[in-house]
Amino acid sequence: MVKVINVYKRFGDNEVLKGINLEVLRGKILVIIGPSGSGKSTLLRAINHLETLDDGEIWIEKVQVNRPLKGRKFEKHINRIRQDMGMVFQHFNLFPHMTVMENITMAPMLLKKTARSEAEASARQLLAKVDLADKVNFYPAQLSGGQKQRVAIARALAMEPKVMLFDEVTSALDPELIGEVNKVMKKLAEEHMTMLIVTHEMRFAAEVADNVIFMADGVIVEEGPPRRLLHNPTQERTQRFLAEVFK
Amino acid sequence: MPGLKLSVLIEYYPILLEGLLWTCILCAASIALSLVGGVPLALAGISRNRLVRWPCGFFVWLFRGTPLLLQLFLIYFGLPQIGIYLSPMVSGILGLGIHYAVYNSDVMRAGIVAVERGQHEASRSLGLSRAQSMRKVILPQALSSVTPALGNNLIALLKESALVSIITVPELTLSAQRAISETFRPFEFYFAAGAIYYGINYFLELGLKRVEMKTALSR
Repeated sequence: MVKVINVYKRFGDNEVLKGINLEVLRGKILVIIGPSGSGKSTLLRAINHLETLDDGEIWIEKVQVNRPLKGRKFEKHINRIRQDMGMVFQHFNLFPHMTVMENITMAPMLLKKTARSEAEASARQLLAKVDLADKVNFYPAQLSGGQKQRVAIARALAMEPKVMLFDEVTSALDPELIGEVNKVMKKLAEEHMTMLIVTHEMRFAAEVADNVIFMADGVIVEEGPPRRLLHNPTQERTQRFLAEVFK
Repeated sequence: MPGLKLSVLIEYYPILLEGLLWTCILCAASIALSLVGGVPLALAGISRNRLVRWPCGFFVWLFRGTPLLLQLFLIYFGLPQIGIYLSPMVSGILGLGIHYAVYNSDVMRAGIVAVERGQHEASRSLGLSRAQSMRKVILPQALSSVTPALGNNLIALLKESALVSIITVPELTLSAQRAISETFRPFEFYFAAGAIYYGINYFLELGLKRVEMKTALSR
C-alpha cells in the first residue's frame, strides 16, 4: 500500500533522512517512534510531499508520489495523489473561518464535486463517528483541543483516503484530552484503515500497531511487532530511548 | 452671528447634493477598484516568480513614492499627449483606485504572509491546488485579519477624493467652490462640505465595523 524506497532528505547541511526503506500493507498500522529530531515527522511529511525528497521513491499502491505519471504536470499529479492520503497534524490546522461542517465538506465539494446535500450527510456520519455530532455548526475557536483534533480527523476522512498519516496528533493536547483522540484512531484501526502514526505515546503504540519502527538520527534503527520492539529491543540505541521514555 | 449667513446653504443646497452624489459614485468606484486591484498586486508581491514580483514591486514603488495629485495630473493632462483621452471622472477613479490599490496590496500582503503555514499545508494535504488553497483558505483569513487596516485606507481614500476637484470632477469640494464663487461665502460652504464628508465617513466606518464584527466572529 505504502512503500518508501531509499529516501534521503537534507535541510542545508543537516541530513535528516539517510536512506529510509519501509512498507505498510493494506489495512496495517505502522507506528513510528523515536527521539525528536530523528526525522520521523519529516518522513511522514515527505510521504504527503509536504517535504520534497533529495533522493528515493515513495509509492502509494501503484503510483509514485514524488514523480508524475508520464505527460502529467507535477502539480496536477500531486493534488490528485494527495486526495488518497489523509493527513492529521500536531496543531490541528482547522480552518478558523469555517464551521466544523464547512471544514469537512469543503474539500469533497471542491475537488470531488460532491453535491452539498451528499457531502453534508457524510460529514454528519463522520462527526457521529468522532463523537461530535452536536458540534456541526461550531467554529474551531469554540472547541477544545481534543475536539479540534477529532474534527481534523473527520476532515481528512471526508476525502475517503486510502491511507491516513498522523503526525504527533496528541502532542499538543492536554493529557486528559489525549484519550478521546486515541479512541477515534482505535476505531479506525478496527475498520482496517491503513495508517502511519508518528507518536510519543508508547502505550498507544503497543495497543494499535501491527509494526513499530524506531528511528534515530535519520535512520531506521529497529523494526518489529510492538510487543517485541517495545519490550525486548535488540539495539542498544532503542533500549536507551525506551529506558528514557519509561523511566 | 455676525458675518455668517447660513441661509445661503438652503438656497444652494442642490449644488452640494449634486457634489455629494458625484463623490459617492467616485468613491464607490475607486474603493471597488482599490480592493479588487489590491488582491492581484498582493499576490504578485509574494510570487516566487521574479518576473512577476519585480515589475509589481516597481509598480508599487512608483505609485507609493509619488504624490497622488501628480498622478491625477499625469492621467488627465498627460495621457492625451499619447492619444489616451479619459473623462475627468474616469481619470479620477483610475487615479484614486490605483493609488489606493497599491496601499491596500501592501496591507493584504502582510495579511497573507501572517496566515499560519499549517493552514496552507492542511489545505494542500487535502488535495487543493495552490490557487484553491489561496482562494478558499488563505485569502479569507488574511483579509479578515487586515480589515481594520484596509478600513483606514478606505477612509483616507474618501478624504483624498477631494483632490480630484482639481481635474474638474464636479464632486463635493468642487461643488462647494462653485457655490462659493456665486455667493462669496467660503466659510459656510467649506464648512458644509466638511460636515458632509464627515457624514459619509461616519457611514463608511459603520459599514467597516460591521464587516469586522462579521469576520471576527468566526475566530
